[in-house]
Amino acid sequence: MYKLLQIELYKIFRRPRTYIAFLAITALVGVIQLGLVKNGDDYVNFVMGNVMQSFSFDGKLLNGYLVCYILLQLLLVHVPLLIALVAADMISGEANMGTLRLMLTKPISRTQFLLAKFTASAIYTFMLLVWIAFLALFVSMFLFGVDDMVIQKTNYLVQLPVGDVFWRYVGAFGFALLSMLSVAALGFFLSNFAENSIGPIVATMSVIIFFTILSTMSIPLFQKIQPFLFTTYMVNWKEFFDPKVNADNAVIVGSLQHPDRIIQSALILVLHIVGFVGATMVLFKRKDILS
Amino acid sequence: MKRLSIVLVAFIGFQSFAFSQDMTALVNKVKAKLDKVNDYVAEGSMKTDVAFIKAPVGRVKVYFKKPNHFKLKRDGGISILPKGGVTVNMSTLVAGNDFVALSSGDAVINGTKVKVVKLIPTTDNSDVVLSTLYIDETNLLILKASTTTKENGSFEIEMSYGKFISYALPDKVIFSFNTKDYKMPKGVALEFEDEEKLTDAEKIKRKKGRVQINYSNYTINKGLDDNVFK
Amino acid sequence: MDNNCKTFLISNAESLSCIQISSLYINSTILAAQCYTCMQSVIKVSNLTKHFKGLTAVNDLSFSVNQGDVYGFLGQNGAGKSTTIRMLLTLIAPTSGEIELFGMNIKTHRSEILRQVGAVVEKPDVYKYLSAYENVALFAKLSGVKVTDKLVMDQLAMVGLASRAKDTVKTFSQGMKQRLGIGIALVHNPQLIILDEPTNGLDPQGIADIRNLILSLSKEMGKTIVVSSHLLSEIEQVASRLLIIDKGKKLVEGNAHELFDPAQTIVEIETIDNAFTLQQLQQSHWQSMLQPQRSHSILLKLHREQIPSLHKNLVEMDVQVISLQPRHNLEDFFLQITSNNQHVQAFTN
Repeated sequence: MYKLLQIELYKIFRRPRTYIAFLAITALVGVIQLGLVKNGDDYVNFVMGNVMQSFSFDGKLLNGYLVCYILLQLLLVHVPLLIALVAADMISGEANMGTLRLMLTKPISRTQFLLAKFTASAIYTFMLLVWIAFLALFVSMFLFGVDDMVIQKTNYLVQLPVGDVFWRYVGAFGFALLSMLSVAALGFFLSNFAENSIGPIVATMSVIIFFTILSTMSIPLFQKIQPFLFTTYMVNWKEFFDPKVNADNAVIVGSLQHPDRIIQSALILVLHIVGFVGATMVLFKRKDILS
Repeated sequence: MKRLSIVLVAFIGFQSFAFSQDMTALVNKVKAKLDKVNDYVAEGSMKTDVAFIKAPVGRVKVYFKKPNHFKLKRDGGISILPKGGVTVNMSTLVAGNDFVALSSGDAVINGTKVKVVKLIPTTDNSDVVLSTLYIDETNLLILKASTTTKENGSFEIEMSYGKFISYALPDKVIFSFNTKDYKMPKGVALEFEDEEKLTDAEKIKRKKGRVQINYSNYTINKGLDDNVFK
Repeated sequence: MDNNCKTFLISNAESLSCIQISSLYINSTILAAQCYTCMQSVIKVSNLTKHFKGLTAVNDLSFSVNQGDVYGFLGQNGAGKSTTIRMLLTLIAPTSGEIELFGMNIKTHRSEILRQVGAVVEKPDVYKYLSAYENVALFAKLSGVKVTDKLVMDQLAMVGLASRAKDTVKTFSQGMKQRLGIGIALVHNPQLIILDEPTNGLDPQGIADIRNLILSLSKEMGKTIVVSSHLLSEIEQVASRLLIIDKGKKLVEGNAHELFDPAQTIVEIETIDNAFTLQQLQQSHWQSMLQPQRSHSILLKLHREQIPSLHKNLVEMDVQVISLQPRHNLEDFFLQITSNNQHVQAFTN
């Protein structure tokens, strides 16, 4: 299994298209950081305009932690496409290249084969997120410095003390990894049904976009099905940035307002991952390789 | 009859004058006590208690220099303060002579009998429209002040005294303001609203907000550079 | 022990590993049992059937491939050859029937079996973005072989690609990719080699190379080889046993040289003066057996047993014979079988 995993990782990272995702992330983050360096204060004033009419803020509002939050909100909507590029290509890509039948005539079980492939795409997803974390968090901290993190929720403001932010980002990135793995698992599952990669990639993105729209809109009909859509839970990395307050409405350092939501969302995403990968295995084991 | 009316008006006017003179005298006595402090640097903790703001308790440093230089700086981190209000301190409230001080009776605050004095600015360019001071006559301390301003609405300041009572410097200041007309934060993120939050949002608007500063230490009359207030 | 078995043992003693010439086994019963074991099937297919939606691709097919065979697998397009091969390699699951390789059931001993099998299924596709060297190394590792530089380069040299080891496969011609596929199939020194259309895209030299490789693998290394090809002339030159299927069913199976009707033997004669020879034959009772001629030889169709008599008559006619060769025309046989759908009795040992 380890040998298989090595081979799969080797194949992924020898392909030029793998690096497109890393380059795209670098360019995107770089452009946004550049923009914020130049006009970040204007952006903050625009976003916080409502509150700034009544309150004055003293301190470095635009700091690395806030910039990372802004970047994550943007990136975690678009990164699924980059994940799908690899994950949805795992089986269909092999079929398209014709190497699937060669691989499956080797003394490896189909289960091992699939597990190795999914694990490899999970490692790719992890590495992509590490890269995002490096650029969005560490580079932003370097460029913009650090201070308390003030973010706007839907209708309230949260201020997190500077010493209470970093661990939240560790948690948020961990949760984002689960979200992206569920996208990878979906792409992996859809990859089973095609012999070229375009179909599964487009299908994965279509599902994500469609489900996200259903998850976002506050229409009573949609609200009934939202609990059943995994995209509803994918955004709950933000719960790491919502602390509890004590009786005096002061933030309790190191706390989370809704840890139950985080745990529930994480479990649901894990279930989706296991479900998609499990279904892929069941179907693939029975599949006739005719390509 | 005409003479009686004149006498009566003069008497009432004299009485009023006597009373207002009394309130001005009281205010001046309070001012004199406050004037003992040329400058100070205070350390303490500050807590912003607004229903739609979750903020931590933070360390603050407060700088004051006569006649009305006042600055509140968060000692590390970001401070979120209602506009205009928390910069007001007692010295700035009673500074100058451009006001009329009128008695508004007596009251009891935290078991202490106080005189209620209304300060009405006599100049048009003052931001303050009306201030009501609750003065502990015995100790010459302002225990509470309610102020209405043109630009920044109305607010209340409550003070408790302890170690630095001789300088009329409070241990605790609670600054209260009305958030009814404050604009709510509007997030642009992908937040999925639920009914519970929407209902709370309405309730939030009706509440008041508070900023509480607990002073742990004052460094008084040691000299302060004007650059601190820039 | 019967004479057939004894003869088999003596003629195959050098190449069969299961026979110990210097063995301590002097008991003839034990030797007979060994003889049987040596003759065992490497592939044994019983009543194999595969249905797809609305189509029966393979229909109750049974055959066996013995150790050391070069087994030719023939059939028209759509006969079910590729489907059968894919079932042997577990790429497709049979609808019913049993497959045993090396005496083990393919369903229960898949990994064990596939360690001993190397296959090229139709067009061999490899990773185009990797070099030839990297492809061989990757598949060698997957096959459980310890990958060394020597191993990989030797494999590439065997298929004539050593000089292109570091080039990416996307720069290769079809023939080069074919050779690379064969190299990959053989990298782990399998005992059973399955080649589906191995000469596709190859030039005549390449075809000859593959033919020689097959013969070498069979005769010198004792490998068992199953070859499926449309090039009947190539199959004819390498196969020791044949299976012909049509519409998923077996038409005929047996030793190559015994499959053809002895009464339909084509004899090719080459003489010093072919014109004179032809004239002589036309004036004799051999005239009716003359076939359309080739430029450099004379063809007759006669019974195999008439060959000595023909030879004698030619000498009597003062014909100076250079060569007299019986030809098994597989193409004619194949076309006859598949068009008439005749089931010829197998001439098997």
